[in-house]
Formats: sequence, C-alpha cells, structure tokens
Amino acid sequence: MSNSTIDRAAQATPPAMAQRVKGFSDRTIAWIFVAPTILILLAINIFPLIWTIYLSFTNFRVNRPNNEVEWVGLKNYQRILGDSDVWMTMQATAHFLIWTIVLQVLIGFVLAYLINKKFRGNDLWTTIIVFPMMLSPAVVGNFWTFLYQPQIGLFNYVVSFFTGVDPASFSMIGEVDLAPWAIVIVDTWMWTPFVMLICLAGLRSIPDSIYEAAECDRATKWRQFWTITIPMILPFLMLAVLFRGIENFKMFDLVVQLTGGGPGNTTTLTSIDLKREAFEKWRTGYSSAYAVILFVTVFGLASIYVKALNRVKQR
Amino acid sequence: MKRNRLTSSTTLGFLAAGVLSANFATATAVQAEELNLCWAAWDPANALVELSKDFEEQSGHTMSFEFVPWPNFADRMLNELNSGGKLCDLLIGDSQWIGGAAENGQYLKLNEFFEQESISMDDFLPATVVGYAQWPKNTPNYYALPAYADVVGWTYRKDWFSRPEIQAEFMEQHGRELDVPKTLEELKQIGEFFQGRDIDGKTVYGAAIYTERGSEGLTMGLTNALYNYGFQYEDPDKPYELEGFVNSQGSIDGLEFYKSLYDCCTPPGASDAYMSQNIDAYKSGQVAMQMNFAFIWPGVEADPVVGNGNSGYFSNPAGPTGQFAQLGGQGISVVANSENTDAALEYIKWFAQQEVQQKWWDVGGAPALRAVVEAPDFAQSQPFAQTFLDSMAIVKDFWAEPSYASLLIATQSRMHNYVVAGQGTAKEALDGLVKDWDEIFEDEGKK
Repeated sequence: MSNSTIDRAAQATPPAMAQRVKGFSDRTIAWIFVAPTILILLAINIFPLIWTIYLSFTNFRVNRPNNEVEWVGLKNYQRILGDSDVWMTMQATAHFLIWTIVLQVLIGFVLAYLINKKFRGNDLWTTIIVFPMMLSPAVVGNFWTFLYQPQIGLFNYVVSFFTGVDPASFSMIGEVDLAPWAIVIVDTWMWTPFVMLICLAGLRSIPDSIYEAAECDRATKWRQFWTITIPMILPFLMLAVLFRGIENFKMFDLVVQLTGGGPGNTTTLTSIDLKREAFEKWRTGYSSAYAVILFVTVFGLASIYVKALNRVKQR
Repeated sequence: MKRNRLTSSTTLGFLAAGVLSANFATATAVQAEELNLCWAAWDPANALVELSKDFEEQSGHTMSFEFVPWPNFADRMLNELNSGGKLCDLLIGDSQWIGGAAENGQYLKLNEFFEQESISMDDFLPATVVGYAQWPKNTPNYYALPAYADVVGWTYRKDWFSRPEIQAEFMEQHGRELDVPKTLEELKQIGEFFQGRDIDGKTVYGAAIYTERGSEGLTMGLTNALYNYGFQYEDPDKPYELEGFVNSQGSIDGLEFYKSLYDCCTPPGASDAYMSQNIDAYKSGQVAMQMNFAFIWPGVEADPVVGNGNSGYFSNPAGPTGQFAQLGGQGISVVANSENTDAALEYIKWFAQQEVQQKWWDVGGAPALRAVVEAPDFAQSQPFAQTFLDSMAIVKDFWAEPSYASLLIATQSRMHNYVVAGQGTAKEALDGLVKDWDEIFEDEGKK
C-alpha cells in the first residue's frame, strides 16, 4: 500500500462523505482538493524558478525583445564569480548580516529577559519596544537619514553630547568607515523587538516547575540561567537567527533609503546589486545567474542550519 | 464575365473600405479619448497640468497624469516600457532613454507626423532636438518633440555677495571683486571663502553640488567639471573608442577638481545630494551657491527668503579647455503601445504651437521653441532667462545609447567611489570606467 500524501488524505476522508460523491474514487477526490494548490505552487514558485535557471544560461535581456536569445553556457556564472565588485557586495552583505544578527540576538535576549520579569508597566514597555518593527522600512530609512544628518541630526547630537566631538565633523552615512555601521544600527533598532518577542515566547514556555526544582536543589541563579534558561531557549534563539538571517540576506529597502548603496559601493548589498543588474541594466540572463547563486547560497545555508536546529530541538 | 465579377467585387471592396475608413476618421476626430501623460513629479509637471486644461477644452479629450518622483522615475517608466504596459499614452521621458526606446520600438517614430503637420525641428533649439528627439544622434529620425529644455546651472546668494564687509574681505584675500565666477577655479575660491563662514550668526558653507549615489545625481554634476577640463565620451573620429578620451589627462584633472570641490566646499553630510537636497540646502540658507537644473529657478525667484532679487544665476563656469554644461530636460513621445495614438499625436500637435509654447514659459515651463526663446523680450522676461539661454547654448549630454543605464550605473559606481568615498585615485577611477564601458559596448556588439 502506498503511503503518499494523496493516499493518506484519501484514507482520512470520512466514508460517508466519500460515498456521497458518486463516480469518483477517494483518490480522485483527494486529487481534486490538492490540485489547485499544486497548480498555484507550480505557477508561482516552481515555474519561475526553472525559467530563471534556464535564463541564467542565456544572454536574454528583457528590454531587447527583438534580439536573438543565445545560449551562453556557464559564462554568466563565470563572470559573476570572477567579478571583484560582486565579491565586495558579498563582503558588505556578510558584514551587515553578521553584525545585525549578533546585536539583535544579544539585545533582543536581554530585553526579553528583562521584560519577562514581573513589574509595573510591563505591557506598556513591551508595546513601546515593539513599536519600531511596526513601521515601514522606507519610513524608517527616511527618518534615520534625518537622525544621521550632521548638522541637525539627533544621533550626531547625542554622540556629541557624550563624547564632545563636533556633531558636524562626522557623517554616519557619508563616510566609508561609518556607513556600514550606520545601516547595522538602523536595522538593529528596527528588528531587535522581533527577536525579543521570539525570545519572550521561549522564556514564557519554560515551566516554572523546572526553576522550582532547581531552587530545591539549591542551584544558584547563575547556574539556573546556564543550565535551564539557555538550553531551553536555544531553539527559539536559533529560529530568530534563521528568520533574521534570511530577511537580512535580501535586505533592500531600508539600505536604499538610507545610503543608496554608498558612499561608493560601501553599503551596496547583494540585493541592491542584483536589482541594478536586473531592473536598471536589464541584463536578465546575467541577473538570473546572480539570483540562482544567491538562492543556492541561502537555501544551502538555511538547510544546514535547519538540520542543526532540529538536532538542538531533539536534545 | 469573370472580369465583371472581379470588377464588382473590387468596387464592393473599395466601398467597404471607404465606409470603414470614413467611420474611423469620424471616430478619431470626434470621439473623446482619455489620455494619460507620464512624467516626473516636479514643479514643471504641475505647470503642465495647468497648461493642458486648454488642450482638454479645445479637443474634448480628457487628460490624466502619472507623475513619479525623480529617484524612481526611470525605474518605474522603463519598467512600464519594457513590460509593454499601456499606462502611458504620452511619455515625457529622460533624454537618455531615447536610444533604447527608439531601437526597441517603444516610442512612435514621428517623422511622418511632423511632415504631415508641418512641424519642423528647425524651429526648436538645436541642442534640444539632438538631445531629446533624435536617434541615432545627428540624424533626421525623430521620436519626440522637445518638451522641456533644461540644463545644469548655478544659483548664488546675491544678497550675501553684495555685502560690503564680505566684498572687502574677499577683495583682500583674492585681489578681485566677489562676483559671478568666470572659471571653475574662481567658483572653488568663492566656495572656500564661504565655507564655515558666520553669516547672521549662522555657519554657512560654500556650495551644494550633486553627489547622489542611487540614480544619476553624481554623474549629472560631475560632468560639468569633466567637460570643461577636456573629457570626451569617445574618439570623435572613431566611435566607441574610449581609451585616451574618457581617461585623458584633462578628464583626470576635471575629476580631481570635482573631488576637491566636494572636499572643500560642501555642507557636512552632503554625500548623497541631488536636486531636492540642494534646493533645501540653498533655501534654508546653508550655502552660498548651489548647482542645480534650471527648472528650480522659478521656485527660487518665488521664495520669500532667497527670492525677490536675493538670488542670482550663472551658467556653469569655464574650465581650462572650454565651457560646457550638462543637458537636462526631456522630449515628449507617443508610447507605441498606446491605444490612443491619434489623440496623443493631437496633443503633440497642440503642444508644438507657438502660443502654447509661449504660455508654457509663462506658467513655469521651459520651452525649446526658438520663436519663443529667441524673441527679443525673452531674455528680460525673468531674472534667470538670459542665464537659461546662455546655458542652453553650451550643453553636452551623457550617452543616450540603448545601454545608457549600464553606462550610467558604472559611472555612478566608479565616480562615487572616488569623489565621495575617497577610494583610489582619479586615474584609477577613470581607467576603471573605460574598462566598464568597453565591456558594455563589447556586449552590445558595438566594439
């Protein structure tokens, strides 16, 4: 007997219902229900993916419909992987990805830990902290450009207040050394609450009885934290890292609004570069190869990560 | 018999065709259409809405408008053209799009229409015809009617320049009167003079220049220095031959000059500034001079603080090898995919009339019709009119090739890396640009 999803769905269909639809077998009815979803999936996910892979081996340009489409083999892939500018965008993306994740997880966890304590105004503080992630990235990008403005920006003023440095003497989004950090700060400000919420869910899922048992065993708070809190919240933290990792790998809007990829190419992330190739230069074949490389990278890394996550969960 | 049958069927055919074409002619002449005109969202677009009310009244057609902010204008409209969209019947597209739109059949070719309606391109400013309407350049193939003449020029605080104490100090420092700069070097001196100066208790800066990274800003500013130091897009005798022209010693000097202007004389944080940022910097009293397209000048004049005679205007100053300015502006084209081409052509015919072009100037537009701009009273019609005319006479434009976007992106990347990010040398930046452009032209099969 086959154990496919269709068979299982057919077996799960109540007999009375199956008998009412005359002329169709259980299996056919199951297919009728599943088919629309499969068709939609094929149309909007699988077909574009296969088409993109095909285009990546051609010189197709969507803005030159009259040009002959030639098969160029691996040329697009070779050009991308041999292009130092592409590697620079990868480097910029890696810097952005690593630092945003590290900061968001650290700050998010600390905030969740504090919010998890029972105190007056707990709900109000949670709402206030969560506020940034409710905003549109375009809006956030725009108003942070004002906050970073050297002459009137609040950020420069605060830095100046604490360090005594002239606020007009540095430009967070205009200097090569500062711009990569400028985008990290804004993304951290915006998305730390998301990590905090996931951590909070994790912390609240730990039964009090475990801590009570530890108290009985006279375990210190520090020991409870390392042996109960951290191991039990780890799957949640890993989930947060996965979500933020995938999201930030394709980060576009916030950075475009903030820096436009500059100064120079300092904050040109792969998604910005890919968009320029695909929808400004209209090099469809080349950008398809670029997209395939990014897809394989994200998919590969995410798969390895999900396996690790499952292993942690099983522990 | 056979012949008779043939004759009668031919007659019937002609009759049918006659009836059909008569119906079509009646339909096109009488039936009111809804025309959608696409352009950038800026002051001149609002003026065009006003102007177009006359067209609606006269033709019976109704007009609707799709205006997209400048930073997204190219993305949005090129997407529309490339996807075969029907959003726009008329498109006032950027001058650099003409090559791609013509070669890909996205704009209607207008030669026949111009001939039929006796619209002569000789009646328009030559630079605007080449820049906005022709493809290939300098050939009589027209895909647009020059619609909005624009050019990069400079605005300065006349009220600051004329203060006796400032005049005296400048004279002491430089041994000449503080006045409109005749050369780029003089412009830089003035920028340095104002940089960090206290005026009315406020720190002010030298000049707001284009440095924007995301679209075309830096390129539109930088070329004003490059052209005047000897930069050329290609060997005049050998098309697409770039080596020694794009990266000539003059180009290197021009690029170094622009970087020095950025380093010495711009307000803090001006690392991503284009039209609107420069307007803000100028109107808020941050800078003594601003580089910007001429379209802003009516707005400057109308401003309660910097207008009313407090501002002056001058063309891009000369460099060691000449005096040129970056062309802006656009032509109006009929989108090939439009289902209202007859009405769209009717609009162009209406727009090309002298009285409409005159009104276009009066409401804040910038016509390119010579009968209007070369009229004896034109230069005195606005404080900036003479500067506008002088600037339009010295224009040069960026590539208008079908691959212009790739050429522009490479320029933005290489130049921003040098001018704003300060990475590498001017020679390295220009050599890199030659490499990028060569690669693009090779891909295009032009080399």
